[in-house]
Amino acid sequence: MTEGDKGSLEPYTVPTAPFRPGDEADFGGSWKEQPSDLSRPDPATCESSETHDHAHGLIRVLGDDDSASGEWNPELDAATLIEGLELMMRLRIYDDRMIKMQRTGKLSFYMRSLGEEAIAIAQTMALDDTDWIFPSYRQPGAQFVRGRDMVSMICHCIGNTEDNIRGRQMPVHYSWKEGYFISISSPVGTQFSQAVGVAMASAYKGDDQATITWLGDGTSAQGDYHYGLNFASVFKPPVILNVVNNQWAISTHRNLATGGENFAARGLAYGIPSLRVDGNDFLALYSVTKWARERARAGKGATHIEVYTYRAGGHSSSDDPSIYRPGDEFKYWPGGDPVDRLKKHLIAIGAWSEEKDVELSKKIDDEVMAAYKEACTFGDLANGPYPPASTIFTEVYESVPWHVQEQREELGK
Amino acid sequence: MTEMNMIQSLNSALDSLLEKDENVVIFGEDVGYFGGVFRVTSGLQEKHGMHRVFDAPLAEGGIAAIAFGMGLNGLRPVAEIQFADYIFPAYDQIVNEIAKLRHRSGGEFSTPVTIRTPAGGGIKGGHHHSQSPESQFTHTPGLKVVYCSNPRNAKGLLTSAIECNDPVIFFEPKRCYRGPFYGDPHNVPTWKGHEDGDVPEGHYSIPLEEARIVKEGSACTVIAWGTMVHVAQRGIEESGIDAELIDLQTLLPWDRDTVVNSVKKTGRCVIVHEAPKTSGFGAEMSASIQERCFWHLEAPIIRVTGWDTPFPHTTEWDYLPSPERISAAIKKTQEV
Repeated sequence: MTEGDKGSLEPYTVPTAPFRPGDEADFGGSWKEQPSDLSRPDPATCESSETHDHAHGLIRVLGDDDSASGEWNPELDAATLIEGLELMMRLRIYDDRMIKMQRTGKLSFYMRSLGEEAIAIAQTMALDDTDWIFPSYRQPGAQFVRGRDMVSMICHCIGNTEDNIRGRQMPVHYSWKEGYFISISSPVGTQFSQAVGVAMASAYKGDDQATITWLGDGTSAQGDYHYGLNFASVFKPPVILNVVNNQWAISTHRNLATGGENFAARGLAYGIPSLRVDGNDFLALYSVTKWARERARAGKGATHIEVYTYRAGGHSSSDDPSIYRPGDEFKYWPGGDPVDRLKKHLIAIGAWSEEKDVELSKKIDDEVMAAYKEACTFGDLANGPYPPASTIFTEVYESVPWHVQEQREELGK
Repeated sequence: MTEMNMIQSLNSALDSLLEKDENVVIFGEDVGYFGGVFRVTSGLQEKHGMHRVFDAPLAEGGIAAIAFGMGLNGLRPVAEIQFADYIFPAYDQIVNEIAKLRHRSGGEFSTPVTIRTPAGGGIKGGHHHSQSPESQFTHTPGLKVVYCSNPRNAKGLLTSAIECNDPVIFFEPKRCYRGPFYGDPHNVPTWKGHEDGDVPEGHYSIPLEEARIVKEGSACTVIAWGTMVHVAQRGIEESGIDAELIDLQTLLPWDRDTVVNSVKKTGRCVIVHEAPKTSGFGAEMSASIQERCFWHLEAPIIRVTGWDTPFPHTTEWDYLPSPERISAAIKKTQEV
């Protein structure tokens, strides 16, 4: 390149985040979109073209006054809502305990769902119990919905002798066959197109299972996202494809993931009905997922959903977000805190109280603490015991081949 | 000379090249504002500008393809793949495109891409943050493959890699970013006071394709790269045998002369790598060494490697070659 070739000072656009450390974040206060904005099309007949407004607007049910309204109101009874609240609280308290374990060396690494608890909980509650779950990092909460034992989950995170995947993967890489829950993969995005394949198999077999999958705004830059959308567009299998737009992929702002306005509308170009939903609104999340599930059941194929939210915590226990964003940015997020919002709604309809909330929180705390203590009796990362070294060599293949057997004998453990 | 850890020395290499050559551009996931998850590019965007050091979308295949295009069109791109385990979405772009452009175009086009990527185990990273996939690339004609092991050769080799007109895959042993690793996870030294932690300031290069004799010896040749150089050093000490230690540094094309001369001298050879044994680079070396040293060999060549299994999380110390296994192998070569 010579001096003359340099051109302007802006050779190409390099997007950055709107707010950096030291800035005061401003997301416009509250949502301009209201629960009354958008109709709820008939899921059994809805075509992609009918969802233009849904892909560009924001589906809400919980209003700023904590009431539930609009066509998307799923009209859930109080018991179901309280169940949702409890599951979200459980996830948050569990996450706090796991982070403490990581900080004290009892496990190697952790990722919280902080601020995004409603997503896995509400969306999984809206599914059938045997639907397949292909999560990204912040949907371990789906396991709570399906009743996975916390001791088993903690044992996995530690990688101790009771880890059902035998210490083979990092924490948070939960794998749970009974719950149709597939392990995340650190090279992100792979699950998205795999989920479409699973759904195609369901369609082939004629069973009534649907598949749900999530990936992040950052990961939507991967080819896997576009492969998944295209196969889903062509073959129309029963799959629910979610982009969790939580604004951040480690330090990478969502501005780096797309030059477009939003993520939901990308689905329209693939001919897939596409919705954009407030990811901190439990009721709205439940409702859009139920709608997508009904489409799947009716043989109408995939639904694409942008879940609009904010990653309130660090990417992981290895991350320090205060280096690249204002430390209090979450406080300014118009969607608020999902747990707090459902709680306020329940109080507003007279089904809940601060006293009950404190009591429940205490009960969960005790349960988490008991599970943590029990899990540690099977070993922790700092002190062991660990799964035996022989587990390195098993399940590489269905049976152990000669060359792996030789190496196992060489290790002699 | 300045005392640096490997993160600082890599940063220093990138800084000096950004300074020296305006065609150098650096990009990858989290490398811009944040400065990389391992902090290797820290401060470079601020110093050299948004268009020269920038964040990429999370798409390794895209990152490799953009590097291909930028390099083809006159720039000298340095792309970071955040973990070597994440390189596989970029594999087609690297193997079929970047590596082959010069040949496929009859020499009309080429692309001087450097891909930096942290590799290897020892950080409790499980399968997706621990692999050492060098042999996936040493089997790819058109690439050069480099694996540094300490702050000094990290800087010198990265400088040469970026200045090389052929594409280079540059592996950084992440376990050694902040200190050498001698195989004991409870003993965590830093680079402070280590002779290879003294690194020249400014532009500094070490030739590619040359191995480094870490320690001379007469009884056995031990060859390693990356983290395993330090583990092998401890293994040699534990064996009590006067072995010669070679840090291969460049794996493709490798410094066969240095290795062959050493093995002819010692008559014995142990090759150490953390990647799985089968089709690992040790297999290639072993075959070449016996072709040239057959009449000098006093004992079979032994490979001490990771197992032919996925890389585990909690049991990683039983997976990685240990000083004990290396010591035992060296002793075994003396029994014949």
